[in-house]
Order: sequence, then C-alpha cells, then structure tokens
Amino acid sequence: MAGNRGRGRSQFTFNVDALGFGRGDSLPSSAQTPSPLFPPMQFRPVPLHTGEEVDYMLALKQELRASSKNLPFHIKAARTKTDVARYSDKYQNGEPKNNCIEWSPDWSRMPKELCIKVRKTRKTAIGARPQLTPKVAAKKEEVLQKLETLEKREEEQHSEEEEDEEKKKKNDEEEEPDADEDYDEEELEDETDYIMSYFDNGEDFGADSDDNMDEAVY
Amino acid sequence: MTAQEVRLCGLLLQEHFGDVVEKVGTHLIRSGVLTLRALAHETKLPLDLVKKSLCVLMQHGMCAFGAGRRGPAGPVEYHIICERILHMLRYPRYIYTAKSLYGDTGELIVEEILQRGQMTMSSTVKTVADRLTHNMPEGQSMDYSEVVSAFSRLVETHFLQRCPPLASAESSSSGEVNTPLPAVTKHTEPEDHPECYKLPYINLTGQGKRRRSSEDGEAEQRAAKKAKTDNSERGDEGIYWQVNFQRFHLHFRDQAIINAVSCKLDQTSGEIVRTMLRMSEVTTSAHAAFTQALSANEIFRALPSSYNIARPILDQYLTLLVDDPMEFVGKTGDSGGGMYVVNLHRALANLARATLESVVQERFGSRSARIFRLLLRKRHLEQKQVEDFAMVPAKEAKDMLYTLLSENLVQLQEIPKTPDYAPSRTFYLYTVNQLPTARLLLQRCYKTVGNLIERRLYETKENKRLLEKSQRIEAILASLQATGAEAEQLTEVEEMITAPERQQLESLRHHINKLDSSENQVDETIFLLESYINSTQAPR
Repeated sequence: MAGNRGRGRSQFTFNVDALGFGRGDSLPSSAQTPSPLFPPMQFRPVPLHTGEEVDYMLALKQELRASSKNLPFHIKAARTKTDVARYSDKYQNGEPKNNCIEWSPDWSRMPKELCIKVRKTRKTAIGARPQLTPKVAAKKEEVLQKLETLEKREEEQHSEEEEDEEKKKKNDEEEEPDADEDYDEEELEDETDYIMSYFDNGEDFGADSDDNMDEAVY
Repeated sequence: MTAQEVRLCGLLLQEHFGDVVEKVGTHLIRSGVLTLRALAHETKLPLDLVKKSLCVLMQHGMCAFGAGRRGPAGPVEYHIICERILHMLRYPRYIYTAKSLYGDTGELIVEEILQRGQMTMSSTVKTVADRLTHNMPEGQSMDYSEVVSAFSRLVETHFLQRCPPLASAESSSSGEVNTPLPAVTKHTEPEDHPECYKLPYINLTGQGKRRRSSEDGEAEQRAAKKAKTDNSERGDEGIYWQVNFQRFHLHFRDQAIINAVSCKLDQTSGEIVRTMLRMSEVTTSAHAAFTQALSANEIFRALPSSYNIARPILDQYLTLLVDDPMEFVGKTGDSGGGMYVVNLHRALANLARATLESVVQERFGSRSARIFRLLLRKRHLEQKQVEDFAMVPAKEAKDMLYTLLSENLVQLQEIPKTPDYAPSRTFYLYTVNQLPTARLLLQRCYKTVGNLIERRLYETKENKRLLEKSQRIEAILASLQATGAEAEQLTEVEEMITAPERQQLESLRHHINKLDSSENQVDETIFLLESYINSTQAPR
C-alpha cells in the first residue's frame, strides 16, 4: 500500500535468497533467438530392446504395412483425365474408378446411403462366349429396367416405405452391371488383335515426377 | 480428442488406407458427428470417394453411424471411434501374442481378421488354410478342421468375438415404418449380445488349396466362382467375427504384472502370480480392481507340476509378495490357509509410477529423479525441505526443481497465511500429481510416435529413387533365377547397384528398422499409461 513506500525502498516482500541469486548479481541474459530445434541433449537415450521377439514384431509390422497397400481397402482417388478422350481409353480398365468399390461389404450392416456398385474384376473366361447371343436379346430390357431403377432411386433417398423395394432393386442392379461388363469386355476383346499393353498410352511414365516440370518436355 | 491424437490417427490412416481415407477420417474426428453430405461438402471430395472411405472405416469398426439429431427420419450421422485407430499401432503385438498362445494357425487367423476388420468364420478358415498350404512343402495341404479347431479355441478364450448386430437388422421383413436405428448416444457393447461367443454351426470340410501359376488360372477362376456361390450355403452368413481388443489388453496387463514381479523378486514369485491370475481369468470382470480371493490351498494345487515347491515355502513366498511395497498381492483373510488377491489397479498405478520415475531419470538425471520420487512419496514439500530430504545442495536443487516445473512435471501449490496472498507470507509447496502427469506423458508418447512415423516417411521419400532401383533389380534377379541364368549374368545385374549406393541402402534399412522398432517400444509405454488412466476412471 502507499504507507511504506519511502522507508526501506529496496526491501522486497519475499525472501530474496529463495530466488537463487543475490541482490547485486545481474539477471541471467534474456534469450535473443528462439530455442534451437534440436537442442543438445544432456543425457543420451537408452538403447532399444533387442531379441527374437522384438525382431519378429518388427518384421510383422513391416509386412503388415506392405500388404495393406495391396488390399482393396487402400483407396486411391481416380486420376482426372486432363487430355482429350482417346481410343485406348476403353481398353484401359486397370485404373480405380471413383464410383465403384473394389470389395463387397455386407450392405445390410451399413446405412443404405453408402451403397455403391461393387466393381467386378475382369474375367478372362473364354468359355463364356456361347452365352453372348441370348444376352443380346435380354440386354435391351435390362437397359430399360435400369433406367427405371435409376429414376426411382433419385426419389427415394429418405422414404422408408420403399426400403425393401430398394433392396430388391439393388440386388437386381448389381447383377446387371456384371452381365454388362462381361459382355462388353468379351466383345471388345474379340475385336482387337493386339494385347492389352498395346493400348498403354504411356500415361504412367513420369506421371509421378511432375514436381517442378512446368515447362514442356521436348 | 487432443491435437496429438488426431495427428497420430491421421498418420496411421494414411499408412494403412491411403490419403483419401486419411482426409475423411481426420475431418470427421475434428468435427465430431457429421452427415454424409456435410462431410463431402466440407472435405471437397467427390461423394463416391467419401462413401468408399466410410465403408472402409466401418468395415474396420473405426466409424459408427446412428440416427441423427433430427431423429430416425433424418439423415444418418457418422462418428469416429478414435481408440480403434490408435489400436492399429499395436497390431504386431496382438499377432505375436496369438502366435505364442496358439501357434502359426492362430497367428494367421488373427492377422487375417485384423487386416480385414471383420470376417465370417468360413471365409477366415478358407483363407488361412490356403495360406498355410502355400507355405507347406509340395504335396501336403492344411485340413480345414485344424483351422476350425484353432478358431474355436480363440473364441472360447474370448480373443475373438462376434460383431454386435445392428438394431436395424432385428426389424422383421414385414417392413415396419419406424426403423429402429441405433441412437448415437447409446453405446452397445458387443458383450451385451448373449451369443457373443457362440460358434455357428458350419458345414465346412476340405483342405487348403495351393495357389498355382497362371496356366491353371482359368481353373482357379472357375473354382473361385463356384466357391462364391457355395458361400451362401455355408450356414454362417451374416455372422461376422472381430478381434476382442479388451481381452488382448487384459492379457498384456497380466503379462506386465508377472514380468514386474519376476524382475523385482524372482522367477518363482512370478510363477505364483501367474497361477493366481490364470485361476481368476474367468471370474474377474474386465474393470475389477482386484481378482477373486484365492486360498493358499487352491494356489498350491494349481501350481504347475514343474515347480516342485513345498507348502511352507509357498506360504513364505506369499508373505513376501504381500509385504512387498509394490503391493501386487494382498491378503484378505485367513481361511483356507490365507486368502490372497492380486491388486490389479494398485499394480497398474505402481507400474505407471515406475514409468514416470524412469522417464524423469533418463531425461534429467538421477538427482532430479530422486527429487521427483521424494515429491511422489511425500506429496507436498517446501523448497527447503526438498533440499534437506534429497540431500542435494541448495542451488542445484533449485535449478532442478525449476527445470521440472518448466516441463510441467512438478506443480506449485500456494497456501496463503493471510488473505492478501503476499509472497512473504505464503507457503509455496511443490507437489506431483500422478494422474495428470501420466496424462501429460501419454500425450508426449503420442507426439513421439507421430514424429517417428513422419521421420520414417521422410527418409523413405528422400531415397525413393534408390529404393525403386533396388526393387527393380531384385525383380530382374528373381526372374533371371527362375528362368535359370548363368552366374555371370547374375553378377552383371548385381553390379548395376554401385557400392556406395549399396551402403546407402544398407544405412537406410538400418534407420527404418530402428524407427519401426522404436514405435513398437513406445507403444508398450502407451499401453501401460492408457491402462492406468482407464483404471482410474469409473467403468461405464
């Protein structure tokens, strides 16, 4: 308070010795730069555990990491096409597409809105050729039915009375693209005399290394 | 969710599932609960990619959905279960435990189910049998029944459990109007379901198939098609199994206690505690503070026959265990030769305390550790008392205390003598609170693992060109050897990697191994601290 200001001017209100330095000593110099990013350590860290168990778990960890990249759960976004549409596009089916999922989850355990078309891997079964002719006739009806289902599907996002119908239609719809894709692939494959790698347009070559390549490549 | 946990979850998701799932996952963790449309709009990703990511996360049990704020009629809302993502760090430990308990078959079963999130029993058995057959010598194959028995043993000891059914699955096919979607707030444990550990009856006979080269590819395709249609007749459609992480964690906790006892006392005491824990496995609930009381007679009978100790020696060991200051074992009565319990929560608290002390010792030196231990024991001490009890000179004691204070490992408590908190008339007491300090250390551990992962990614990225080159050369070598090339060609190919490059590769591998190994070791500390913190919270 105001009372004691004149007398005992250099008295502090607490015990100065407790601070760790005397009255006359200079204060420790203030820091002029931010503290270093990797300050020198006074004590070295203890070495890691070693042993068979540790090595085995290390190998397991690396294996898990490598194999999880190959599982269908590793999702890669489809590359957006920056070029013009090319003839070889219809022969290239190895790229992941955004609108289909590579594995088939149990849709009954997930909310309906997450349902996506399950991607069927290309099958090279040659014995399916004789099945083509009856499929051509059925294809037109399937296309009409598919259009109808797509229309209906837009309307029934939130209504619950049509849940069962939707389920039935989805089951039908899932089988249709399978038939369509098989048919398309076999017909196309029969038309060409070239192996699939002929249609490799070199898109993958150097696609990953475009960090600083703003200039055109000569 | 703390910032460090979110960062670590993001790195783990990216490592296992790619950038898309990482983006979706971290955004959902930060936002809490979101609908599908909101999530797609905020992450600016195409809707299909968001749907796929949510499917992946739900398959692995990391994301759950429920009726939104507008009730069952409104859009579904999703939220992330963060601890499941953090469990991904511990997958190698789970797999190794399964291997040590149930052999290679058990190991592969757990590995398959961990990688795929949830699987039916029949598909697991088939995949594991095929994998085992692949590794067996030519002509032999793995029978399904062996895999089924390993699976049953895992389920009996509760290491695997059924995935909980959704409430909507219970609605009858007559199409009721009110779909009973599970509410977001209600949390159903898988163990609430009475058939959690019941094995389904499946009609599965056969042997594992060896994967042949591409000549038989078509036969395989036809067989695979046939197998798919067979699946629906197996009898266990819709029954999915997942790994019971809580059971694994209880096993790890028991292991930690037994190791601690063996290290502190001796091997025989460790065996006695192991016997006690084994006997009370089924009778103790997951959150119990101590096991059921066991009489000394029972313990004596249950000891493994290889430990031929006499009855009075056992009594002496038990007395030693009870008197030990770590308080692992307690005596609750005298009937039956003495009733003993294992104090689980007390043991966890002591193990966590030992971890904290060891961290202070390794970071700040043994004298700071002595001050830290002193404060843990004596609760509140003034500066002068600290200097006296720790037998450390005053100036150094001040220095160490201030360092610990700046790292937040030690706190200052003010006790005023007068209401105006004048510094000369206030007691300043130093104190250590174990629980907040453990939480602090846990966050530091998460940060550490995040840093380790980032460093590993950086190292890999720096040497990407070299790694790709070495992979290509290995592939060339493998194909040359398969087609039977001469030794000259092989050496020619090998020389494509120069000696300094080889050295660089070697040191890169060494670094990555070290970083991976460190992650595993930090995870052990994380497990201990997490168990301790969870044990202090009241069970839900």
